[in-house]
Order: sequence, then structure tokens, then C-alpha cells
Amino acid sequence: MGRVGTIGAPRRAGTRDVPGVSAGRILALLQRQLYLYRRSLIRSLEIVYWPVMDLLVWGFLSVYVRQLRGGAGAAVAFLLGGMILWDIFFRVQQAISVSFLEDVWSRNLVNVFVTPISTVEFLSATMLLGVMKIAIIGTLLAVLALALYAFNIFHYSVALLPLVLNLIVAAWSMGIITTALILRYGHGAEALAWAIPFLFQPLSAVFYPVAVLPRAIQRIAWMLPTTHAFEGMRTVLAGGPLPWGHVGWAAATNVALLAIAVAVFARVMATARELGLLLRTEG
Amino acid sequence: MCITSPLAYDFPIIRANAGARKVDGRPAWTVYNAAVTLPIGPAILAQRLTKHYGAPAVVEDLSFAVERGEIVGFLGPNGAGKTTTLGMLLGLLKPTRGRVEILGLPMPEARRRILARVNFTSPYVSLPGNLTVGENLAVFARLYGVTRPGERIDALLQRFGLAHLRNRAAGRLSSGEGTRLGLVKALLNDPEVLFLDEPTASLDPDGAERVRQALKEIRDERGMTLFYTSHNMQEVERLSDRILFLHRGRLLADGAPGDVLRRFERDTLEHMFLDVAREEAPAAWGA
Repeated sequence: MGRVGTIGAPRRAGTRDVPGVSAGRILALLQRQLYLYRRSLIRSLEIVYWPVMDLLVWGFLSVYVRQLRGGAGAAVAFLLGGMILWDIFFRVQQAISVSFLEDVWSRNLVNVFVTPISTVEFLSATMLLGVMKIAIIGTLLAVLALALYAFNIFHYSVALLPLVLNLIVAAWSMGIITTALILRYGHGAEALAWAIPFLFQPLSAVFYPVAVLPRAIQRIAWMLPTTHAFEGMRTVLAGGPLPWGHVGWAAATNVALLAIAVAVFARVMATARELGLLLRTEG
Repeated sequence: MCITSPLAYDFPIIRANAGARKVDGRPAWTVYNAAVTLPIGPAILAQRLTKHYGAPAVVEDLSFAVERGEIVGFLGPNGAGKTTTLGMLLGLLKPTRGRVEILGLPMPEARRRILARVNFTSPYVSLPGNLTVGENLAVFARLYGVTRPGERIDALLQRFGLAHLRNRAAGRLSSGEGTRLGLVKALLNDPEVLFLDEPTASLDPDGAERVRQALKEIRDERGMTLFYTSHNMQEVERLSDRILFLHRGRLLADGAPGDVLRRFERDTLEHMFLDVAREEAPAAWGA
């Protein structure tokens, strides 16, 4: 059969061409999320509710420990710093997986996937949302920690920045993997959006040094970018220089983790198109 | 201005289908805005389309071509394979075998270029209920890269009688209003091919008639191709230039409603539908 093709690029009035990656489409999805927050007080409060609860619980626990053991100031700083950085990681991961779930819950997923959006654009919007969320959360927690517990994390902000950036990238990877699992296994896997980050919390040595872990588990822990970020944080909070070794290891493992996450998502999207999963998520 | 392109006849598939429906003596793929669009290839081409998740196949060896500007009703009992076929045409589902071309472009290779020029709506999908009508449409206008989205949204809301609901949360609309909102979303990018899944399913007779009228008018104004599923056989007879009747994943009938009824010796499509759905069709039908 003769090839059926196009002459020129047939276009309709009122639309633009489809570039490879469109900032407009990324902004469209981001705009959609911002509309949600603007319209819902509960949803907006949810951004800060759990972080504040966490801060209160751990903060008061830290104060208690300090009262029990004189000179444990560094341990308090480690706990509060660990809590703030963990929340940054957790909220970024959540921004990605919960954004996807909201499209599933509102039966909007097919509407989105019949637009000319690419997977990169779809994920980019949720990744940007995560960064916007933690800009608010990080600042709020840091101010509260300063006001309530005289813990000034701003003093370390420059040194902590490379570690925080690594945590954000690690959270993106976890969020992408979680989203892939939800897409693959459907509604039953929704709890993974909340559960998966906490699976990595003990291994990442968020609130204690890696040395506390059993030796065999330490080997696994060092393979995670999050472990390097939290270990580096403790070095910084103890007054040491930025541990570039940890930053480097975190970055290297992040590259590997992000590549795995993207590969997993691409594979699951292909499977979704094989099995019709995008149609089934509409209930 | 209406023009025809002799180029189109270079392609055997066009030659095979040209003249299936004529408008003022011209083939149906004649387009209405020649300054921006050239009539190359059918709007939809499915060749030996097959999908199975195991055995038996959900869709088996399905071949058809839909000309530009045609209104085609895609019929069949539940489980006949309509949704699966729509999924393959929209690139949401990968065929096990066979080929899909939309507007002369291969799916899924040119998926994003195709999706920029088509649209879809169904009462079984919905827009986020916690966004207003206007916010939802602004998001999708941006996703489709619509220029002057405000004007476009205003005009469509007006046309479908939703202008007064612009600031209402989509989740607070009635089912009929929600269906019309889906149609407005589906028309935002001025699609060349519009896929509709039961477009009037949740509408009362008046609302359904208004939607049918609007769809016909838009087709006439814009030369848009409509490919829709429906279980309302009277609607199909009134709206469609042509029907494709699917049964157990295979094409049972293809033609103008009147021709199909004559061939299958039934008074109405509803009688034909019931015979097929209840497995009471004569053996000669091959159902």
C-alpha cells in the first residue's frame, strides 16, 4: 500500500506546534496543582500539618533527652536536623505519587494521557510541585525550630544545600518508582505512596549514625544516597566542613537511582499500554 | 472555500474509500480551510487491528477507514471490543497486531503529534471535581497549546450553555452539565478528529438533541471527523453518516445506516442490535 503521509504540517487555527518538551504543558500541570491548593484550605493545611506535628513530637523528645543527659546538644541538633531533612525528602516523594493518585481518584488520567503530553513533561510538573512544597515546608520548619528550640539551621544552610539537593533528587526517584508501582498494580498499591519512604528511613540513618546499624546492613545503607546525605548533615551540624565525599557518593548513587526510576517508569508505561492499565484506572 | 487535492488519489487506501460519502458531489475528505490543512489520507485507518490479553482476542482483524468529515457510529454490545478499539486509536493501548493511522500519521510512533490534533471525551472519565469549570478548561487549553484560550473557552461555554457555570466547581455540576463540560474540553483544540464515548449517555432528550445538533454544526463548520460509540440506536440512525457494527471483536457491518438495515433485513438498528446482543442473529450474518 502506498504510504499515507502529510504534506507540510496540517494545523488547525488556534493551536501551536508540538515541541519536544513544552514549558507550557509543564506549567499547565503545575497550574492545575496550584489551583487545587488555592481552592482547598484543608489541602493547603495538609502541606504543613504533618511536618509541624513531626517537629513538635521530635522537638519535645529532643528537649527531654537534653534534660536527661547534659551536653547532648549535638544529639539534639542531629535529631532536629534529621527530622527537617527527612520531611523534605518525604514531601517531595509524596508530591509526585499523590499528584498521580489525584488524577486516578478524579478519573482524569485518560483526559491527561490523550493530550500531547510526554512522560517527561508529566513527571516534571510533579517534580516542580515537590520543590515548591519543600521551599515552604523547609522554611517553616526552620523558623519554628529556631523559635521553639533555639536550633538555627539557617546557620548551616549553605553547607547543607548540596545535601538537601541530593535528598530532593533521591525523593524524585522514589516518587517516580512509587508512581510506577501504583500504575502497575492499581488502587491496591496506593498505600505505597506513603509506605515506601518509610521503608528506607531506618536504612538511611536519619536520626542516628550509620555506625549504629549492624555491619551487614551498613553495606546496604551506604548504597543509598539518603544515607550519605544524613551522614553528611551530622558532620556539618557537628561543626565540621562540608563532607564532599558524602556529597559525591550521594550524587553518584542518585544518578544510578534516577536512571533506574526512569527505566522502571518507562517499562511500566509500556506495560500499561500493553495491558490497558490507563483505561482500567478509570474504574 | 472548498478544494480537493488530486494528491490524495495517489494513495490506494484513499482511492478505495473515496466516494463512500459525498458532499455536494465532492469526496468527504474535502476540507474547509485549505489555507492551513491539506486532505491527505483518511482521518482514521485501522488495518487488521488485533488485541488479545490471552485467548480469545478482544479485537480480531479489524480493518476500516473513516473519511475526513464523516460522522461514524461505532456500535456493538457490551464486551464487543469498542473501548479496546478506542484505546488503540488513541494510543492508550498497544495493538497485539495491526496498524493504526490517524490523519495519515502512524500511531503510536507519532502519538503526540496526533494527540495535538484530535480529542476525546467520555462520561466515564471526568475532570477534577475540586477545580472550577474555568480552571479545568484553562489547564487543558494550556496542555493543548491553545492560543487565546480565554476567547476559545468563552465561545465554547456559550455554545454549550455553560457560561454561567464558569466559576462553579466541576464536581458540583449535574451529570448532564458534566457531559457538556467534557465536550467543551474535547473541542478546545479545534480537533480534526473527535472521539466520543457515548456522548449523550447521561443527557435528557432535550440535552441530547442539543448536543447532537451542536456536533453536526461543528462538523459542518470545521470539517471535523466524529467517531463515537453509543447504545442509543435512534441517535445513531439520526446522527451517523455511517456505522461500524462490532461483535465479539470483529466487524459485523460497515455502511450507511439505511444500507446496513436493508442488508440485514431489519427495520431499525435497535432490532439488529438486540438480535446480535441476544445471540438471535441469523447464521448468515456471521455474528
